[in-house]
Amino acid sequence: MTPLAFAEKYGFHIVVEGAGGCRDIEGAYCCDLLSMVMGRAKENDAFVTVMANINTIAVAVLADVACVILCEGIHFDDACIARAEQQEVCVLETEESSFAVALKLGKELGLC
Amino acid sequence: MNGLKWTYEVDGSDFTRAGEASSNVKKNLRKLGVSPEVIRKVSIALYEGEINMVIHANGGKIDVEMTPEKIDMVLADTGKGIPDIEQAMQEGWSTAPDEVRSLGFGAGMGLPNMKKYSDEMRIESTVGVGTTVYMTVYIK
Repeated sequence: MTPLAFAEKYGFHIVVEGAGGCRDIEGAYCCDLLSMVMGRAKENDAFVTVMANINTIAVAVLADVACVILCEGIHFDDACIARAEQQEVCVLETEESSFAVALKLGKELGLC
Repeated sequence: MNGLKWTYEVDGSDFTRAGEASSNVKKNLRKLGVSPEVIRKVSIALYEGEINMVIHANGGKIDVEMTPEKIDMVLADTGKGIPDIEQAMQEGWSTAPDEVRSLGFGAGMGLPNMKKYSDEMRIESTVGVGTTVYMTVYIK
């Protein structure tokens, strides 16, 4: 399932479509420590976090994840959104918790 | 044999700009048709290096050289140096300040990640003089 299809199905806000929006989500990684994400998130993962700063976008690009899903109603500021648009990073936002998002991703990935 | 070379100055004053060198290298490698796995390894190792230079050393210089066989990266700073490299290599060990932690770094993963994603890594450091990290990722 692509990030855009996932967002539409569960009513998440699509902040930036980017190139990632149309990639298939192949896994998920939930974490707010960006160094840990760098080392452990896999290509085409959905990266689920509450960490909303410009480095979040840099990590998403370098780890080559399919999308960033920002939880708990937290928003990226305009500079982050501009960077995400420039770097073609798909960004979704939701009011839900990381755990609730992880459950939905697990269901769509056939893991639970 | 001389390969392609790229040099970057890392600005130590702006944490949000860390990643410019690694993003640029990533773009260059992609244009050159390097495999995604090699690009990922180089990008992650370099980005962690850049972050370290900003957090601990007020910036520095990165040299990248690519030959058909490998990509060599040299990250040199004139920061405070690492007193105990073995300790610094341990996952979870960190001397980063709180403001860096609040941005999602400083968890003691930087050097371990650099080691994990490079095929070879060597650190030379002298307290009060600076640190140079040599990393190599093989293409073949």
